[in-house]
Amino acid sequence: MSRQGLASQGQWRRLPFIADPKLRWGLAIGAVVYLVLALSTVDVNWARVAEGASRGLNFLSAFAQPDFVSRRTDIVNGLLESLTMTLTSTVIGVALAIPVGLGAARNIAPWPVYLLCRGIITVSRTFQEVIIAILFVVMFGFGPLAGMITLAFATIGFMAKLLAEDIEDLDWRQVEAVRATGASWWQTMNHAVQPQVMPRLIGLSMYRLDINFRESAVIGIVGAGGIGATLNTSISRYEYDTSAAILLIIIGIVLLCEYSSSHVRRWTQ
Amino acid sequence: MPVSTTPQGTPTWRLRTTRAQWLGYLAWLAGVSLFLLCWKMISDNTMWVFVEDAGRQGSDLLSRMLPPQWSYAHRLWKPMWDTINIATLGTLLGIAMAFPVAFLAARNTSPHPLVRSLALVIIVSSRSINSLIWAMLLVTILGPGVLAGIIAIALRSIGFIGKLLYEAIEEIHPTPVEAISATGAGRMQVMSYGVLPQVMPAFAGISVYRWDINIRESTVLGLVGAGGIGLQLNSAINSLAWNQVSVIFLMIFVTVLASEWVSARVRHAII
Repeated sequence: MSRQGLASQGQWRRLPFIADPKLRWGLAIGAVVYLVLALSTVDVNWARVAEGASRGLNFLSAFAQPDFVSRRTDIVNGLLESLTMTLTSTVIGVALAIPVGLGAARNIAPWPVYLLCRGIITVSRTFQEVIIAILFVVMFGFGPLAGMITLAFATIGFMAKLLAEDIEDLDWRQVEAVRATGASWWQTMNHAVQPQVMPRLIGLSMYRLDINFRESAVIGIVGAGGIGATLNTSISRYEYDTSAAILLIIIGIVLLCEYSSSHVRRWTQ
Repeated sequence: MPVSTTPQGTPTWRLRTTRAQWLGYLAWLAGVSLFLLCWKMISDNTMWVFVEDAGRQGSDLLSRMLPPQWSYAHRLWKPMWDTINIATLGTLLGIAMAFPVAFLAARNTSPHPLVRSLALVIIVSSRSINSLIWAMLLVTILGPGVLAGIIAIALRSIGFIGKLLYEAIEEIHPTPVEAISATGAGRMQVMSYGVLPQVMPAFAGISVYRWDINIRESTVLGLVGAGGIGLQLNSAINSLAWNQVSVIFLMIFVTVLASEWVSARVRHAII
């Protein structure tokens, strides 16, 4: 009986999420088969897990009494390095992302430039920051410079992609109006495109600053400087109270970044 | 907008007042000085000798990477399968945990302001800590292996899915919710028939998007011992077998592109 007929008799069922029944059941069976296959290949050493449980409890209790003091100089140095890396990489990354983003916007760039810039974006976005950091550490040696270049490189892909999307759906009438006055390419960019994308560009840069800080805590693991190295050392030494302190500081700074970036975004709009 | 008058008495238009102009210059000066200060700190901590021969190192690296050792590829299928499993199972586990948290964090469905702030704290702390850090912690607790990777991905996904989902819940239309509650439905029934259908497309889209990000992140979890292709990457790098590293890179590149394509297709179909 049809859905309406049943409903008129008071037997109502909600509409399924996927309308086509073949596709719905196909997806469901596929998902179950995949889950069984996947779970069967996950081998877990339960004895080791049980052994580690006490360590897990240690870690949780360390969060109750984080130790900021005993490794203070390491933490402060790591943090300063992370923060400087974050700031410089965001500035450099955004500065480089603007030309790439302009080139990757279909409506203002010619084909060869478009393909080149899209290529840069894809390569930069596909690889995790850590993988890029490994390569740059090999090239530039250990230290914050490699980290800064890594983060700047990752920033290019992120910012340029979003900027290009923003430029692609900007209000074309303003560009035409400015062009009609006889403006050159630079003047068109400066007076028609730039004012339209600026608020979003600032918002995205703030967001990226936040992401770069979080990533700077990670790339230290492969030797690219920052708080990550300190964190890695403290975890491998089982000094969970220090690790807890570092994690709490990271959470605090990210919160602060998020709070201030929402203010900046409100101010630019 | 400020208009000043020239000595001849004709008004001229300017974009900013003198005061605003100077404040702007001052802000730029402060920003540039801060940047230069940061740059100086970084340059002090850098061995410039190493940087000077970066070009040589880079070309050396490239020459070792090419040609890739293709025969190594057949040993990568199992790690790749593990990587995809880490991402998928981790995302599923993350969804299961993020779903209730999002409902507790949304202003219009949260039972109590206190519960709401607790849920927000969970979301923020999960978001601030990268999955690699979670993996480092979990490897010391659970031991190396795929399980640590799955849980690390799940813990990181809670914040992402939770945040986007609770924003979607806060943006729902109140009319259907009112209509359902007017029929005398209980709290859970209102959720299930009034709220859930409205956020379902957004939820599915967010989950697929996170899955795509998780594939990318799970490729490196092995560097700290949490399973997947990162383990192979780590051992290849440690043994300086750069022609194997390039095979792994290519494999990661193709997988990530494929997952991005799948996720874009699915999101396109849903929305």
